[in-house]
Amino acid sequence: MDWLLTGIMLTAFVILGSSQLGICIRVVALQGALLSLLPLLAGDPFLDLHRLFLAGTSFTIKTLAIPLLLTRSLSQAKIKREVEPAISLHLSLLGGGAILVGAFLGAKFFSLPTDPFPSSIIPVALTIIFIGFFLLISRYKAITQVLGFLVLENGVFLFGVTLIGEFPLTVEMGVFLDLLVGVFVMGIMIHHINRTFDHIDTKALAVLKDIE
Amino acid sequence: MNLIFLLIIPGTLGILTLFIRGNQKRALRRHILFLGALSHLVGTSLFYFPGAQRSFNIYLSIDSLGLLFLSLHSVLFFFVSIYSFGYFFKEYRSEQERGIRHLYAPCMLFFLISMTVATLTSHLGLLWVAVEATTLATAPLIYYHHNAHALEAAWKYLLICSVGIALALLGIFFVAAAGKGSGFDLFFSDFIKNAKNLDARWLKIGFLLIMVGFGTKMGLAPLHNWLPDAHSEAPSSVSALLSGALLNVAFLGILRCYQICIAAGLSEFTNTLLILFGLTSLGVAVVFITNQKDYKRLLAYSSVEHMGILSLGMGIGAPFASLLHMVNHSLTKGLLFLVAGHIMLGYRTKKVSEVHGLLKTLPATGILFVTGGMAIMGLPPFAPFISKFMILRESFTHNHPVVAIFYLLFLGIIFVAMSKILFAMAQGEKREIPGTLERYPYLLVSPILLAAIILVLGLYLPPGFIHFLREASHLLEGNL
Repeated sequence: MDWLLTGIMLTAFVILGSSQLGICIRVVALQGALLSLLPLLAGDPFLDLHRLFLAGTSFTIKTLAIPLLLTRSLSQAKIKREVEPAISLHLSLLGGGAILVGAFLGAKFFSLPTDPFPSSIIPVALTIIFIGFFLLISRYKAITQVLGFLVLENGVFLFGVTLIGEFPLTVEMGVFLDLLVGVFVMGIMIHHINRTFDHIDTKALAVLKDIE
Repeated sequence: MNLIFLLIIPGTLGILTLFIRGNQKRALRRHILFLGALSHLVGTSLFYFPGAQRSFNIYLSIDSLGLLFLSLHSVLFFFVSIYSFGYFFKEYRSEQERGIRHLYAPCMLFFLISMTVATLTSHLGLLWVAVEATTLATAPLIYYHHNAHALEAAWKYLLICSVGIALALLGIFFVAAAGKGSGFDLFFSDFIKNAKNLDARWLKIGFLLIMVGFGTKMGLAPLHNWLPDAHSEAPSSVSALLSGALLNVAFLGILRCYQICIAAGLSEFTNTLLILFGLTSLGVAVVFITNQKDYKRLLAYSSVEHMGILSLGMGIGAPFASLLHMVNHSLTKGLLFLVAGHIMLGYRTKKVSEVHGLLKTLPATGILFVTGGMAIMGLPPFAPFISKFMILRESFTHNHPVVAIFYLLFLGIIFVAMSKILFAMAQGEKREIPGTLERYPYLLVSPILLAAIILVLGLYLPPGFIHFLREASHLLEGNL
């Protein structure tokens, strides 16, 4: 189990340090696939219907549907396939390291009940949530902001896996549906941003303000 | 029975309108929208008959707090659907602006349904799903005008609110963790009954995250950044609903968690947080309302102010006054945004400096605008005066003199700043305006009715209404 958690955390760092948008999308898909394994490991009867269904939906949406949507809007957008960080990639990685240390130190205060998962799941979830935030604020392209949102959402999912069983299946499906529709709407908007400004740089989206 | 009127009919109509495309069929889509609104209103009023069924299955059962929110957005939506007949016929239309216009009616109906589910549900998870669905349904509505500004507003709205709401989900997980092992599902009633056994630490973190998450959606400062952009770029009918209904639904999300925290005896923590967010919102509103150049942004910041008042009212322990103020704010702000739509159509500008002589150029609009303006600033004899005054009085009786002083100070500055802007727009000589208001009667019906309601509520609060509000606010005092 620890290996899986380490893997999930490493994918977050790969996204943070990669300069190619295509790779970023694929790694987010990989992260989703690793996350989808977790519900299966949550408890004894390995083939519990609820958890099987959760893992299946999670895999379909996080690993197949959303990356496909994003790849499509990337190829339509005809942009340079490079991440445009506001903070350089090296500094981003250093920042990620700082977040990691902070999360493990801070997690001492969060002695939440996590069984059947190892207690390291909480700091890993926190790290991923904060890396998601970091991606959101430190990247200019609209599509990387969506990736940041997805990483953040994955962190929340990781946290939520510890509570499997408290959530009824219908509600979980609702959460996934919202995520899928959300990314779909974001994909359409990226298309429109590209058409309106000829690029998907969010620096163009800073006209509305109060003080001129 | 109620569910058919509330969810199934509007939902079916929403899906139906998805397939009715083209500019020529716009009138048909507006009629279908009106039918959906009417059906929803009928469904809501069925709840008021004695012996009405209130619980449908384990996930959907409404209490009086939910019913209050449901009725409010049902009425407002009905008014907006009438207004929609007139509004879009005279909008500026240019050739480049094509695209998702036909999505107006279906998105409005989906928006209505998701708000309804949020008010009906008794499950924290489903509440979250419904509130997130409102974000997705309204983002295309904000992008209605299809220009660069609208795109920016819609993108900001979608991204900021989605991230905020993801935090609220984390908060709900913490609340669930607080009750882990006790074997109950995520129903508020279960949590409230077992509140004493909950782990207070996780509950506190959960409330904080939910407050930040849903607070983003509700427009509490300093998390309000999306709000002025979205309200000023969206069509006026949508702004009226965003301000009058959507913000309230986010507030309901906070209140549901508040109920649990109160029952668990954490009132001191939650109240401090609510007061803090409330005062910050008031302070931010003061800064941006003063010398505001855009009248729709002015109204948007006024919404930030009033959301602050709601939060503050809850924080000082005056749920009754706070809920009353919510009703008054929704009706008044609905009125103001709808009237702002008239001004947009007539003057073709959002700049305060280019609007003069409203009372003489468009007399009916001018009178309604001044009425709404005076009401929102808290002048008697309109309804918001009563609730604002009650919150002031309660803050003294509950021993919060410092809060009361800041509250008065902020309201005073906002009063001066807003009246200066509003009266500059209303007064002046008659002048030629670039736009024409072709279907003026349709545009006038809803604002006149809203103005009449806030005037009547300001003069006389019906005992039945007071009783209903008491019942709802009773739930916010740790009772079930």
